[in-house]
Amino acid sequence: MQLTLWTYEGPPHVGAMRIATAMEGLHYVLHAPQGDTYADLLFTMIERRDRRPPVTYTTFQARDLGGDTAGLFQDACRAAYERFKPEAMIVGASCTAELIQDDPGGLATTLGLPIPVIALELPAYQKKENWGASETLYRLVRGLARPRAADHVRGPRPSCNILGPTALGFRHRDDLLEIRRLLETIGVTVNIVAPLGARPADIARLGEADFNVVLYPEIADAAARYLEKAFGQPAVRTVPIGVGATRDFIAEVARVAGIAPLTAEAGSRLPWYSRSVDSTYLTGKRVFVFGDGPHAVAAARVATTELAFELVGIGTYSREFAREVRAVAAAHGIEALITDDYLDVEEQIAALRPELILGTQMERHIAKRLGIPCAVISAPVHVQDFPARHSPQMGFEGANVLFDTWVHPLMMGLEEHLLHMFRDDFEFNDRSGSHLGKAPAPAASAVAALEPAPSVVPTTTRWDEGAERELRKIPFFVRGKARRNTERFALERGIATITLDTLYDAKAHFGR
Amino acid sequence: MTVHTLIPPRPTPASGCGDDAVLRERGQREVFCGLTSIVWLHRKMQDAFFLVVGSRTCAHLIQSAAGVMIFAEPRFATAIMEERDLAGLTDANDELDRVVGRLIARRPDIRLLFLVGSCPSEVIKLDLHRAAQRLDRSFAPRVRVLNYSGSGIETTFTEGEDAALAALVPHMPAAPRDARPSLLVAGTLADVVEDQFRRLFADLGIADVGFLPAQRLADLPSVGPATRVLLAQPFLRDTAKALEERGASLLSAPLPVGAEGTTRWLQAAATAFHVPRERFQNVTAAGNARAEFAVRRHRAALAGRRVFLFPDSQIEIPVARFLARELGMEIVEVGTPYLHRTHMAAELDLLPAGTAISEGQDVERQLDRCRRAAPDLVVCGLGLANPLEAEGIATKWSIELIFTPIQGYEQAGDLAELFARPLARRQKLAV
Repeated sequence: MQLTLWTYEGPPHVGAMRIATAMEGLHYVLHAPQGDTYADLLFTMIERRDRRPPVTYTTFQARDLGGDTAGLFQDACRAAYERFKPEAMIVGASCTAELIQDDPGGLATTLGLPIPVIALELPAYQKKENWGASETLYRLVRGLARPRAADHVRGPRPSCNILGPTALGFRHRDDLLEIRRLLETIGVTVNIVAPLGARPADIARLGEADFNVVLYPEIADAAARYLEKAFGQPAVRTVPIGVGATRDFIAEVARVAGIAPLTAEAGSRLPWYSRSVDSTYLTGKRVFVFGDGPHAVAAARVATTELAFELVGIGTYSREFAREVRAVAAAHGIEALITDDYLDVEEQIAALRPELILGTQMERHIAKRLGIPCAVISAPVHVQDFPARHSPQMGFEGANVLFDTWVHPLMMGLEEHLLHMFRDDFEFNDRSGSHLGKAPAPAASAVAALEPAPSVVPTTTRWDEGAERELRKIPFFVRGKARRNTERFALERGIATITLDTLYDAKAHFGR
Repeated sequence: MTVHTLIPPRPTPASGCGDDAVLRERGQREVFCGLTSIVWLHRKMQDAFFLVVGSRTCAHLIQSAAGVMIFAEPRFATAIMEERDLAGLTDANDELDRVVGRLIARRPDIRLLFLVGSCPSEVIKLDLHRAAQRLDRSFAPRVRVLNYSGSGIETTFTEGEDAALAALVPHMPAAPRDARPSLLVAGTLADVVEDQFRRLFADLGIADVGFLPAQRLADLPSVGPATRVLLAQPFLRDTAKALEERGASLLSAPLPVGAEGTTRWLQAAATAFHVPRERFQNVTAAGNARAEFAVRRHRAALAGRRVFLFPDSQIEIPVARFLARELGMEIVEVGTPYLHRTHMAAELDLLPAGTAISEGQDVERQLDRCRRAAPDLVVCGLGLANPLEAEGIATKWSIELIFTPIQGYEQAGDLAELFARPLARRQKLAV
C-alpha cells in the first residue's frame, strides 16, 4: 500500500479514455462500478469538450455482484453498439472490475458484433495513466493497421504519420498544428495523425506512410516500435521542444525521408531574444525541472543551452523514463528525483531553493507556497493548459512560447526587486506595492525556508545598521544566499558584528 | 412587500406527488461515488482525517472532485492497494497498520481517523471494521479510529456522508435518562448556516440543540430517547436509522430549502418543543420576509420556465419543490439517485401533482427524454453540462447545490440566483 495524498497520473483506464476520446468512430465499453464516470468530467470540464467521451460504463453496484455482472457487461456492449454504431470498439475493466475477473474481451467477442472489438488488459494495480494510453494505442494499431498494399504508388513527397497526440494532452492540440505545418514546409506529407482525430479506418491506413513521427513517446513509442517491426516503418524520435531539438528533428526527418534538410526558422525569435543584452541577467539562474519524462528532458536542454540557466535539480514521475532523466542529471552532475510523491518534490525544492521552477501544476502550487517563480511544462493537465490562444511547446513557435512563459515570471521578479530598491523613495513606498499586488504570503514554513532569518544559521554574529540596509538592496532572490554566505564568512573569522566591509569582503571571497 | 404569513399561502395540491408512479431506471448511472463526500466532510470535521483504502482511481476521483482544495494541507489521502497487497504477498492489515502509523505520526492534530472502504476494498472483502477496531485500541485515547464505506458499489455521492455519520452515531454520548427533550440537527451544513440556525433555535427557546457532524470529535452531541431529530439533508437513511436505534425520534418536515421549506422545517421543531405560535411568528417573520424578498427578485426570470433535474445528490426533490412553488418553474422531470419515501414524504406532498419523478438512472435514455422535452434549464453533473450547453441547452451544475450554502432564510436568494444566472448569462452573451 502506498499512502497517496495526490497523484500525478490517473489509473490506466483513464489513459485508454484519452485515446478513445481523441478518436472518432471508436467506442470504449468499460466494466466499472458506479462512480467511475467521474472521469467524464476531466474531458468535459478541464478540456471543455463539447461532447461526452465515447465511453459506456456498466456502473455495477453491490446488488449486481451476486448476480450476473458478465451479462450486465454484454448488455452494455450491445446497447452501446446499437446506440452509437461505432466502427470499432475497445473493451476493458477498471480497477474494481479487474478483481471480479469477468473477462470483458472474451465476453465481447462472443457477442459477434459486426465490427472489430479490441480487448484491453490494463493492470490497474501496477500501471498508470500514460502506460494505459500507450498500451491502448499499441493494441489498436496492432489490431487494425494493415501493411502498405503491394500496388501502393509512392506520392511525389515522402509521407509520415504523426503518432501520440491524445485528448487531455498537455498542449497536444497546438503542438500538432505546429509540427504538421513544419513537416509540410520541409516537404513531407502527413498521412495519418493518430490518435487525435483519427477513425479506426485511418488506423488501418497507417502502413501507407514512409515513416512515423513519435511526438509523445510516453504514448506512441510502443505503437511505433510495432510498426517498425511489422511494416518496416522507421520512426523519428527526436522530441522537437526547443530550437536545438527542433533543428535536430528536422535533420532526423530529412535523413529518414531522404530529403535535403531545409531551414524553416522564419518567426523563430528565441535565439535572438536570448542573445539580446537584456537577457544577460538570465545567466546562471538556478532552475529546477520536474514533469513527465520527455518534457523534463526537453526542458533541461532548453533551460541550459538556450537560456543559459543552471540546472540544479531534475526529476520525473514517469518511472518508464527514469533512465533518460537520470542521464540528463548525470550530465549536469546532479542526481535525478524519480518519484510520484509530490511531498518528495516539495522537500527537494525547499532544500535546493531554485530561482525558477519548471514543473507541473503541482509544482506551480508548491512554488506559490515557497514564493518561487514557476512555469508549467508538463501534464497532468489543468484547465489553464487549454488556453484559448495558440500556445504550442513544440517547433520554433513552441520555443518562442517557452521563452515567454519561462522568462516572464523572472522579469516580474526583477521589477519586484527594483521596487524594493526604491522603496524608500516617496513614490515607491510599500503601500503602493507592485502590479503583482501584495507580496506573496507563503506558508509559515516556507517563509522560514526562503527568507532565512539569522536564527536559521546558529550564529553569534549580528548585522549593524549600515550592513543590514545594504543587504536589503540586494535582489531578494539572491538576498538569502548573500546573508548566509556573509554570516558564514563572519563566523569563520570570529567577526561579531557584520559591517559594510564584512559584507563586501564576503562577496569578494565567495566571488559571485 | 406582502404581509408575512406563517406558511406561504400557495395552494397545496390535495395529494401532492406522494402516490404518483415513479419511473425506476437501472442503466448507466452518471453519478459520483460516496468517496466524493469527503471533500466537504473533511472541511466540516476539523480534527478528522479520511483515509481511503482503495485504488489509484479512488485517489484520482477525489483529487478531481476536490479541485484546488488538494493544494492546501488536505486531511484526506488514499492508501493505494498494489499488486502485492492483492496477491497476498503482504498482509493487507500489516500494510494498513504501517500506513496509519506513518499518517498519525505526521498529523498529531488528528483526533478521529476514518478508514474509508472503496469498491476494490469491498470486493476483496478487506475487513476495515476489524482493522478500525484494532487500530482504535492501539491509538486510544489520543485518536479514535472508525470505518465506513464510501464505495461506488454501495453508495452514491452524498450517501458517503450518510455512511460516515451513521458510523459516528454509536459513539455519540448517551443523553442522561431523565434528560429534557433536545433537538439534534443531522447533516452537514455550512458553518455560517449552522450559526444562523443556532440563533433561530435559541430565539425560539429551544435551548438544547446539537449538530451532527460536530466540528470536533469532543463536541459530538449526545443522543437518547428524548432526542428529536431534524434532518438538514435528504440523504441520511442510515444515519436516521442509527439515531432511531439509540431511541431518538425523527421529526417529519420538508428540508430547509427556500423560504417555505425553512419555515416549515423550523415549524416542525417548534411544534415538537411546544413553542407558542406567536413566538414562532416573531422569531421567523424577519428571516422569512427577507428570503421571500430575495427569491422574488429572480422570479420574473424563472417563472414559467421548464426545468429538468438529473439525479445527483438526492437534494433534487427539495430543490424541485422550491423551484416549482417559490419561483413558479415547471418541473419537466426530477431525477433522484434514491427515493426515501418516508424522509421525502413532506416534500412529495408539496410537489405539484403529477410531477414526473425518476429514481436511479439510465443516462442515455434520460438524455433522450431531456432532449425531447427541450427544457429551458437542465440541472446536471459536470460530465453532462458542457455537452448539453454545446447542444444549446442551458445548464446549472448540480454539484453547487452541495458545495455552496443553500439552506436557510439567508441563502434562499442565493439558491434562486444559482438558477437565474445561466439564463441571465445567455441573455448577455452576443458571441
